[in-house]
Amino acid sequence: MRELFKDKEHLVRMAGLFGVGLLVFVVLRGVLIPADFGDLGHYRASALDDNSSVELRFAGRAACELCHDDVAAERAKSAHRSIACEACHGALAVHADNPEAVFPERPEATPLCVACHEANVTKPAWFPTVIPDEHSEGEACDECHMPHAPGFEEVGSDG
Amino acid sequence: MDTLLAMVEGFMYPNEVELQWSVLIVLYPYITGLVAGAFILASLERVFNVEAVKPTYRLALLTALAFLVVAPLPLQLHLGHPERSFQMYLTPKTDSAMAMFGFVYLWYLMAVLVLEIWLDYRRDIVLKARSSTGFVRGFYQVLALGSDNISPRSLEIDERLGRFITIVGIPSAFLLHGYVGFLFGSVKANPWWSTPLMPVVFLFSAIVSGIALVMLVYMVVSRLRGKPIDMRCLDTIARYLLYAFIIDFSLEMLDLIHRMYEADESFKSLDFMVKSRLFVSQILIQIIFGTLLPLGLLALTQVVRLTEMARKNIYAIAGVLTLIGIFAMRWNVVIGGQLFSKSFLGYTVYKMDFATREGMLPAIILMVAPFFILWGLIRILPPWGDDAPPSTVDTE
Amino acid sequence: MTVNRRQFVLASGKYLVMSAAASRAVGYVLAGSPERAPGYSAHDHWWAMAIDIDLCIGCGGCVRACKEENDVPLEPFFFRTWVERYHVPEGDIEHPMVDSPNGGYDGFPERYREGDGSKNFFVPKLCNHCAHSPCVQVCPVGATFESPDGVVLVDKDYCLGCRYCVQACPYGCRFIDPRTHSVDKCSLCYHRITKGLTTACCEVCPTGARTLGDLKDPSDPIHEFLRTNMVQVLKPQMATGAKVYYADLDGSVR
Ligand code: HEC
Ligand code: HEC
Ligand code: HEC
Ligand code: HEC
Repeated sequence: MRELFKDKEHLVRMAGLFGVGLLVFVVLRGVLIPADFGDLGHYRASALDDNSSVELRFAGRAACELCHDDVAAERAKSAHRSIACEACHGALAVHADNPEAVFPERPEATPLCVACHEANVTKPAWFPTVIPDEHSEGEACDECHMPHAPGFEEVGSDG
Repeated sequence: MDTLLAMVEGFMYPNEVELQWSVLIVLYPYITGLVAGAFILASLERVFNVEAVKPTYRLALLTALAFLVVAPLPLQLHLGHPERSFQMYLTPKTDSAMAMFGFVYLWYLMAVLVLEIWLDYRRDIVLKARSSTGFVRGFYQVLALGSDNISPRSLEIDERLGRFITIVGIPSAFLLHGYVGFLFGSVKANPWWSTPLMPVVFLFSAIVSGIALVMLVYMVVSRLRGKPIDMRCLDTIARYLLYAFIIDFSLEMLDLIHRMYEADESFKSLDFMVKSRLFVSQILIQIIFGTLLPLGLLALTQVVRLTEMARKNIYAIAGVLTLIGIFAMRWNVVIGGQLFSKSFLGYTVYKMDFATREGMLPAIILMVAPFFILWGLIRILPPWGDDAPPSTVDTE
Repeated sequence: MTVNRRQFVLASGKYLVMSAAASRAVGYVLAGSPERAPGYSAHDHWWAMAIDIDLCIGCGGCVRACKEENDVPLEPFFFRTWVERYHVPEGDIEHPMVDSPNGGYDGFPERYREGDGSKNFFVPKLCNHCAHSPCVQVCPVGATFESPDGVVLVDKDYCLGCRYCVQACPYGCRFIDPRTHSVDKCSLCYHRITKGLTTACCEVCPTGARTLGDLKDPSDPIHEFLRTNMVQVLKPQMATGAKVYYADLDGSVR
């Protein structure tokens, strides 16, 4: 019996080495796996929080309209009513958060208007487009149109 | 970067313009293929008792080990976060093909190659430990795990166990490389890769490249040592190379014909790519110079009676062409699979940098490194019996 | 307009008339950028997006807003959303001409002429937030996953940067952020939708061509959208369970 074992001893040593390796692996694995891994699925549950705690840049129009109710009213019946404020004014969460901290610049109208309204074959036919050079003859768009209420039917106040 | 945009032809999805997988990912299947192929050649002798290839048995094992050690490096270098790669062992996702890499690799390295080499060399190691002194002695004693037992019975046990490991090793080698093929073959988004034939094609091309490599290494090493080449061995290896190559080539043609005949939505796009951007690497290098030519040369040695010298030369040429051809095949799979848009409307280009992390220089270094490792391994564990101490120094 | 913020908060009775969700959203905004949304329960939502091809005017506002909101690199190789212009010669849906200059970030300078018998339209693209995502499937470590509310997200701090997911996405929606070396993609503005806001791209879309929808909310207009339109997802043959639904999608789109 002893004799038998003797000729396999080196194998037992090798097996021991593998065993130790395996043990180290299992222990390290236990220590290193993030604690919340697998709580919700095969991922770190806190990754959800990482994703939801990113800083906001766009405040959303509801926020703007709470304070700028005059503009909101002005736009309420205009063709532009469905356009969010920040589509033209850019991301303004910092301003909405604290109006005193950031005083937004007034956007220049013409490039804005042209970006949406310039004639283009690919644009759907229902969308009102113009060829800017022909249409305004170099004048700024807001010489005639008011950005918040560009149509002419409902023009009333000073905008 | 903007020059890239200028080289785009047709339409790519914007995020597709830059290639994701570089030349390093070409090396990865290439190197594991060499490992698997070399190992399978070695197994021939042991499991199927092909006496003729015995002179290359140990050499093939060491070659496999040398390349296997290097195999994960290109992957590691390519990762955006190499420092996180251990997470593959922590939280491998069971339905991810790539997650299995770490385990397949470790299994193959430790449970197959290292064990088999250790068992096969144990007698030599112990004898070395006995015949040397000082540091060297200590080193070999550690390698022998402090055991000094090389009684005939223990060696017989080693032999039996080794044979068993070889038998386990063959499917493992298949796994190691078939798995790499699966990695590509299972990407349904990419029609250039997505085919169930991919693992099989990869496997046989691996066997081809591994046999060619061992054949060349054997020829070079013999020359360096000033020993005659065992022609019976070389002829046999070359014959196996030819057989494996025929199967490999048939499979690749099957794939090709199938694609051409089916001509699905992606076909026109891929066809155009092969005829334009992949023409040199696919048609010229891979198929004509890397496959048909070596196939023809090897076939020639079978039908025409040639002198020893002529055969040696032909084998050398065919071997080198084969290695280049298989490399081109990996290139065409990996790089080719990223040159066309998944919209099938356009093509981009691959621009290889030189001395960057994923450039040509690290690729060259990684390709040369295994040969240095092999040289080191040969120094530590000489594969040939003739300069080992006489085997009469048996114990007890 | 002379209210300052503190006056406003005191004075505002408007809060009361807003819907609960909207007032919650505004509350977050006015409170500064909050950490996360404690009241949000992922299991009560199943997010999707509805895109109406006929409404898209190709202004590129979504592309710009997305890059700004999510701090996406400005180079033309990195987009969480982008817009493609399709030009389909009559009767040849197999060979559309497609372009997307800088992803549509700067709009689309005119390229085609009227009356050549072609069909022209824009296709906004973004991650399809597939229910059976090929990208999630291949991630070796679980650094990208489908959240309980149906959003495919990335765990940037866990990503290896192996790029397998980039290869696996049939839609080309993923890229490696050159600054973090981790993968990046549309998160459906997870930081916004969990706070009751819509995504940045939907927020600025002037025509409502793209709208966020919650399939678990029976009152969400997306149900109406799905019911009343002929809808299609991109590459349905990939069987990815895509949740970005297109109305009036042409067969040439891929
Ligand atoms: C908390 C209240 C509040 C919110 C929310 C708010 N603002 Fe303001 N905003 C102000 C105040 C106060 C001023 C300064 C008015 C002044 O001094 O005349 C101002 C100024 C502005 C101006 C400059 C007006 C000018 O005369 O040039 C713009 C443009 C503007 N806001 C746009 C927005 C937009 C767009 C939003 C939504 C993202 C928004 N604001 C949200 C309170 C608010
Ligand atoms: C179509 C683009 C557009 C949209 C949408 C838009 N604005 Fe404006 N807004 C402008 C432009 C252009 C100006 C600058 C006008 C000028 O220079 O006189 C401006 C000026 C303003 C001003 C300062 C002048 C004024 O009229 O009081 C405020 C405040 C303002 N916008 C708020 C808003 C708010 C709030 C919204 C959303 C409810 C909004 N805007 C939506 C384009 C837009
Ligand atoms: C973000 C895109 C966008 C911008 C910027 C924009 N518009 Fe518009 N505009 C629209 C949309 C959308 C409509 C609505 C079309 C409809 O519903 O028929 C519209 C409608 C109009 C109309 C048609 C009104 C009517 O009664 O038919 C005019 C005029 C107009 N815009 C002028 C302007 C001017 C001037 C500017 C620049 C200050 C401008 N737009 C900026 C998107 C935009
Ligand atoms: C000189 C005054 C003037 C200027 C400047 C001007 N517009 Fe107009 N615009 C008009 C008038 C008047 C109409 C309505 C009559 C019409 O339909 O032609 C109009 C109509 C429009 C319409 C609606 C067209 C339709 O088919 O319903 C759009 C869009 C428009 N303008 C955009 C612009 C843009 C963009 C600019 C700046 C490049 C601009 N306008 C500058 C006077 C002007």
